[in-house]
Amino acid sequence: MRTVTSSDIADRVAEMVVRANRVLPPDVLAAISRAKENESSPSGREILGQLEENAALARESGLPLCQDTGMAVFFVELGEQCRVEGANLREAITQGMVRGYQDGLLRKSMCHPLTRKNTGDNTPAVIHVDLVEGDGLKISFMAKGGGSENMSRVTMLSPAQGWKGIKDFVLGRVAEAGPNPCPPTMLGIGIGGSFELAPKLAKQALLRPLDQPHPDPEIARMEQELLEEINTLGIGPMGLGGDTTCLGVRISMAPCHIASLPLAVNVQCHSARHEEVEL
Amino acid sequence: MPFRTPRGGGAVSKEYRLQAPLRDEDVIQLKVGDRVLLSGIIYTARDAAHKKIIQALESGSELPFPLKGAVIYYVGPSPAPEGRPIGSAGPTTSYRMDSYTPRLHSLGVKATIGKGKRSQDVKDALVRHNAVYFGATGGAGALLSQRIESSKIIAFEDLGPEAVRELEVRDFPLLVVNDAFGGELYAKPNLPG
Repeated sequence: MRTVTSSDIADRVAEMVVRANRVLPPDVLAAISRAKENESSPSGREILGQLEENAALARESGLPLCQDTGMAVFFVELGEQCRVEGANLREAITQGMVRGYQDGLLRKSMCHPLTRKNTGDNTPAVIHVDLVEGDGLKISFMAKGGGSENMSRVTMLSPAQGWKGIKDFVLGRVAEAGPNPCPPTMLGIGIGGSFELAPKLAKQALLRPLDQPHPDPEIARMEQELLEEINTLGIGPMGLGGDTTCLGVRISMAPCHIASLPLAVNVQCHSARHEEVEL
Repeated sequence: MPFRTPRGGGAVSKEYRLQAPLRDEDVIQLKVGDRVLLSGIIYTARDAAHKKIIQALESGSELPFPLKGAVIYYVGPSPAPEGRPIGSAGPTTSYRMDSYTPRLHSLGVKATIGKGKRSQDVKDALVRHNAVYFGATGGAGALLSQRIESSKIIAFEDLGPEAVRELEVRDFPLLVVNDAFGGELYAKPNLPG
């Protein structure tokens, strides 16, 4: 049994949430730069250029990339042979998140769903914990903005609708969302599982880097097919028209009930802030 | 820092330097796709602040800022670092304010700044009241904050990031997304079938 202290967890989480909000992941920045080279719309090229400038400024100045520094979402892989000492795992992550959002001058966006009163410290964090083999502890963080999250959807298709039904739903969703989620976007798509598992798969899929295709070549091909079809919609950067509506599609699939075909689409804006630490 | 507003569509567009608060003659000349560099005083308000402004109107209490000629920026900035007036300050998605916007235009608000589509009611209100909807680049919050010279909270401080702020902006880069003639800049998706 390996021991990790809760204060180490909190420290690493605090650093991670601040850095993730200031430094755009290199795969995302590279995808934006590549898109700019290939974009035929002049307004699209200008927008993509502004996003590069914004990323450089945030990195240098310490300002967050976007004022919406997000709901704090964590995906944790906790080894069965790893024990947390001190505060429990959730408390440790929460303490680190609160400190990072405070000290890093990140916006606190969480509020009561009906009174809309702000909780004041960005709590609660959304924390998903999976037990895995071994004695490791991996914590992935995603700063999820409200504008893109609002454009996300989950649906229960009929099994007969299959891949075509999935494509129709995804394309329809992207078309309807249009300029709202700050395109160019990334899409996390959860196929299968259950009503509550599909959206978790969809969001978790967004952690996979854009330069890392799905290990299953068949799913990688589906990701590519969806990406190409989405980019024929012509919505373009910020919805002003152009070739770059989406930077990447990430699919995560799980078996489902014989009667069901759950489908979730998690829309992520171009400011796809995420990072992971291993303790 | 270079910051050009993108030119939308293929239409011939112009660039204007305007001073807020806006006058009727400022707005009437603007067409979709035109670029505007806005200077002067503008006000921030988003979801909860809009609700409170409408409540103030209903109850006849004092409004946080004069509506006549006003420009409202939909933003909830991040906290200001030492020595800067404001943190990151890019636009939030506008449709959430749609139910409040026509009323505000009827009372003299000349422009709103945000990102994303507006409802037909809002577009109709722009035509009826000679007003305009500007887009700013979503997610470019660090870059846009460089054009904000001062910021102070003037109402609803309890709303935190949603408090109403008076901002002084200089050459704030905007694009006319919906004009006072019913025009709209956003691309229509090419959906098959």
